[in-house]
Amino acid sequence: MSAPHATGHVVDDETIGLRTFEATGGDWSDIAEEAARLGEQRIVVNMGPQHPSTHGVLRLMLEIDGETVTEARAGIGYLHTGIEKNMEHRTWTQGVTFCTRMDYVAPLFQEAGYCLAVEKLLGITDDVPERATQIRVLMMELNRIASHLVCLATGGNELGATTIMTVGFTAREEILRVFELITGLRMNHAYIRPGGVAQDIPPGALDSVREALVGVRRYLTQLEDLMLGQPILKGRLQGVGVLDLAGCMALGITGPMLRSTGLPYDVRKAAPYCGYETYEFDVPTAEGADCWDRMVLRFEECYQSMRIVDQVLDRLQASGQGGGAPVMVADRKIAWPAQLAIGSDGMGNSLDHIREIMGTSMEALIHHFKLVTEGFRVPAGQVWQTVEHPRGELGVHLVSDGGTKPYRAHFRDPSFNNLQSVSVLCEGGQVADVVCSVASIDPVLGGVDR
Amino acid sequence: MSDERTGAEAAAKAGATGEPGAQRTSETALEAGAQGAATGRPLDVVEVREGLFGVHGTGDTSGFGGLVQTVVLPGPSERPYGGWFDEVVDVLAELLDGSGTGFAAAVESVVVDRGELTLDVVAAHLPEVARHLRDDQDLRFELSLGVSGVHYPQDTDRELHAVYHLVSVTHGRRLRLEVAVPDADPRIPSTVDVYPANDWHERETWDFFGIVFTGRTDLARIEMPDDWPGHPQRKDYPLGGIPVEYKGATVPPADQRRQYS
Repeated sequence: MSAPHATGHVVDDETIGLRTFEATGGDWSDIAEEAARLGEQRIVVNMGPQHPSTHGVLRLMLEIDGETVTEARAGIGYLHTGIEKNMEHRTWTQGVTFCTRMDYVAPLFQEAGYCLAVEKLLGITDDVPERATQIRVLMMELNRIASHLVCLATGGNELGATTIMTVGFTAREEILRVFELITGLRMNHAYIRPGGVAQDIPPGALDSVREALVGVRRYLTQLEDLMLGQPILKGRLQGVGVLDLAGCMALGITGPMLRSTGLPYDVRKAAPYCGYETYEFDVPTAEGADCWDRMVLRFEECYQSMRIVDQVLDRLQASGQGGGAPVMVADRKIAWPAQLAIGSDGMGNSLDHIREIMGTSMEALIHHFKLVTEGFRVPAGQVWQTVEHPRGELGVHLVSDGGTKPYRAHFRDPSFNNLQSVSVLCEGGQVADVVCSVASIDPVLGGVDR
Repeated sequence: MSDERTGAEAAAKAGATGEPGAQRTSETALEAGAQGAATGRPLDVVEVREGLFGVHGTGDTSGFGGLVQTVVLPGPSERPYGGWFDEVVDVLAELLDGSGTGFAAAVESVVVDRGELTLDVVAAHLPEVARHLRDDQDLRFELSLGVSGVHYPQDTDRELHAVYHLVSVTHGRRLRLEVAVPDADPRIPSTVDVYPANDWHERETWDFFGIVFTGRTDLARIEMPDDWPGHPQRKDYPLGGIPVEYKGATVPPADQRRQYS
């Protein structure tokens, strides 16, 4: 207790007089000797927030008896950045750049959920061009595959299987390359905007997606060969971290965790958005409700997402014929002026657009200036929009006061909610199973803490 | 979109967008600052806006600076609510009347806006309403998607709102419960007994808004450090930030920049 600290210890009256140990540096053997001398059996171990197998800055407080976990609690908040508060001080369009940074492994879902909510507030849901909706579906489903690949890859890595990690991340790279081609960025895209998307997909992008899918499919097969028949992986994951349907419903668990109990609840089917009711796909389920089933489900969901991508590629091919199909609402009072082009100093407004607003039309300049600096006004009210995120149901609650900025933006992040199940999944199991269980929740702390 | 659009016009427009289940919110209820005609509950004032075009003080030669607009959220709706909304409200009313609580005592108003159903619930009766919504076979809202708060400093004696979103997987329905409490006594009975999922969400709402959820254990901060002063998502809590100098000019923090009213 004598070591200097940046912040003081929390003084808990109940613990005064109790013997505590603290390791700084290499004095573990001293602690072990001391504990043995005192006959202490009950040990509380802090796992994280800086631990490679907790998926980011998640802190787990484990009370262990030998190798058995008797109590497990999750501590969060280490990555809280006040994104929701910040969004209240930016325009509705700028909000996209903030919410995309929440769950950075699946950024396009926050963008899509937020934009759908803004459109609902504006009452322009039906005015969003068909092609913009198709592009949103394409991006979301590609992102779902990329996110599941990260889950499988890091899950394998945390069990010590580095090859799973390298194959998974290599496969994800194929998709990130497509994202870079379409949005200009590998993550934090701010590509989906209220009213549509920032710009149309570039020429040749459809072929790039098809090529990437061939690669992803090959890597997925490799991963399946590597994982699904693996006796060690089966031994580590089967029957571990079980949470049944009643437990899932009580704890508000959604996504692959809920579907691993056999309930085919998927927002894309239950409350369709972006025209998902017009696509053919299945909602895979399992019966075991354990870590193994969640892993298998993520594989199957990747294949279902590819089915959707195949369909949406055909539609984009059709809607792109002739060119010039709009990707932003026709209402110029909402449509962000984004005639982007690559210049010598990076991406910016195209020279044609600059020439028009600076040289030919004073009104166009005023319009551009007003829309970019002030933004558009959104009628007062509140809405709730949910989308099926790779980790579960992502909810967006927006309140408008009739102004140009959100009055309140709240994101119900699925990993925030799902992390509540840590104690149920881990208690009674082995310390090693904690790693598998947490990996099967697939939390992304950027989304949890926001 | 014109600058002078008020909440009333906006809400009327939203009611007319023709989404399934949506209906035109009653005109009387929308008069800014008026009392809700149907139930007597005051309308939720979200903002009192002064001036226009962000011009304030002596620099304003336009005369627009004298404008004062009260912006309210969409007010109570009248029957029929449309779609399955009537059925759910009927069943809930029957259950609440049957238990002796009484629908009128527990539910202040029913708001239908943009195709979404909102029940404004009196804080004291929230757990009972939630239990009926979860357990009755015709309601069966078995999945809670959590709690969040909204701070309306202008909404006198109803400053803090807690918002609950429920899903019925069985019937494929969604609704919202809203509970308003005064800043002076921000206590709401906990719903963790009914929906264990709300545990962390209630902690987050306490952390960010200072709403005290009673009847539960361990209402500790969850995102901010334990010894953090204040509740950061409240409107009176500053955003923070420092001025940034760039090429000789200074850019103030986001919440201190010029505002468009």
